[in-house]
Amino acid sequence: MKTCLVVDDSRVIRKVARRILENLQFEVIEANDGLEALNSCKEKMPSAILLDWNMPVMDGITFLRQLRKEEGGKQPVVVFCTTENDLAHITEALTEGASEYIMKPFDGEILEAKFSEVGLI
Amino acid sequence: MTNEDIEHLSAMLKARSGLILGSDKTYLIESRLAPVARKEGFSSVSALLTALRTKRDEKLMAMVTDAMTTNETFFFRDKVPFDQFKSDVLPALAKTRLNGEIKIWCAACSTGQEPYSLAMLMEESRAQFPRVNLDILATDISDRCLEKAQSGLYTQFEVQRGLPITMMVKNFEKVDEMWRISPKMRQSIRFKKLNLLDDLRGIGRMDVIYCRNVLIYFDLETKKKVLEQMAQLLPDDGYLFLGAAETVLGITDAFKPMPGMRGLYIKNQAVKTEAARRLA
Ligand SMILES: C[S@@+](CC[C@H](N)C(=O)[O-])C[C@H]1O[C@@H](n2cnc3c(N)ncnc32)[C@H](O)[C@@H]1O
Repeated sequence: MKTCLVVDDSRVIRKVARRILENLQFEVIEANDGLEALNSCKEKMPSAILLDWNMPVMDGITFLRQLRKEEGGKQPVVVFCTTENDLAHITEALTEGASEYIMKPFDGEILEAKFSEVGLI
Repeated sequence: MTNEDIEHLSAMLKARSGLILGSDKTYLIESRLAPVARKEGFSSVSALLTALRTKRDEKLMAMVTDAMTTNETFFFRDKVPFDQFKSDVLPALAKTRLNGEIKIWCAACSTGQEPYSLAMLMEESRAQFPRVNLDILATDISDRCLEKAQSGLYTQFEVQRGLPITMMVKNFEKVDEMWRISPKMRQSIRFKKLNLLDDLRGIGRMDVIYCRNVLIYFDLETKKKVLEQMAQLLPDDGYLFLGAAETVLGITDAFKPMPGMRGLYIKNQAVKTEAARRLA
């Protein structure tokens, strides 16, 4: 079973994402911020990461930069999922190695489409 | 809604756009026509239908016909027809169209995502086919849809349906809360109003026809008529793409499925031979 790490400081969003992802046969792990996510990855790299941008402690883009420096950190497919919806943010995310980008609000259809776009499903 | 109103509406829709309403469509009629009724100052959809039947108001008939069309579409819908274009159709035609021009017709383009997907796909293949130029004609019966298609403006929801983020970044700019496709893309497509029930000969020769998710609304006879006219527009090595739920089988033998290529059709050998005999 593929695992997906959902990184978002909103419990509600994590719950919504979890429900969608479990329906897509992912095992879901959650993290509340970038640092928690990084620790989770150090323990075990997930196949996919659904990543918010603005979070306390460590934001999404900082997490992504750190992740890519970790051993095995190039493997997870990273999909941003954030309210930041301007080209500057999107371009920065792609430059740092994100594969896809979801602009909130999102729904199951969009998430599924984006995940299949990057070959996760 | 009286039966008489519904029967009149069905007959009008079939005559004007080919749409077959089918039975028990009261809910569909209600939901599609409520906004029209409100906008035109009718107290209810029933009142609108009665006026439609008794007044023969051309403007109202056109509005109702437009409102009853299903315009659902999205970028790279079903993916396969675009993958096949890139992997098979484009290379084959690039080899034989010596002036580099490939003529494509999106025969029911709705709000434009289908032709724009093709235009963006061509940009991606630019390096491989530097000399190819897609001449894309995109038509639909709906003025409302064509206007939107031409504006190239899409909601955040629409640009996230089927469009890979890298293509969005390359081809769109943000305008307030909407996303607008680049002038270059907009200029690469000719949008035009066209009813598929009309004589299609004026369209001229096409190399590829995308006729997806529109024939499903027609009856068998109309499907056949449209497909056979399309066969006339395509050269023997032309291609026809139908929607995932559509086929030519049991409708016409002008086309046959391309083996191993779901949704892709080529002209039937029998038709080719027949045409050759007539020319000889
Ligand atoms: C479901 S959309 C298909 C859009 C696109 N081809 C796709 O597959 O995503 C069907 C479109 O067919 C158009 N249509 C319906 N009847 C038509 C007719 N008689 N002539 C031309 N277009 C028609 C509608 O206006 C609508 O935009």
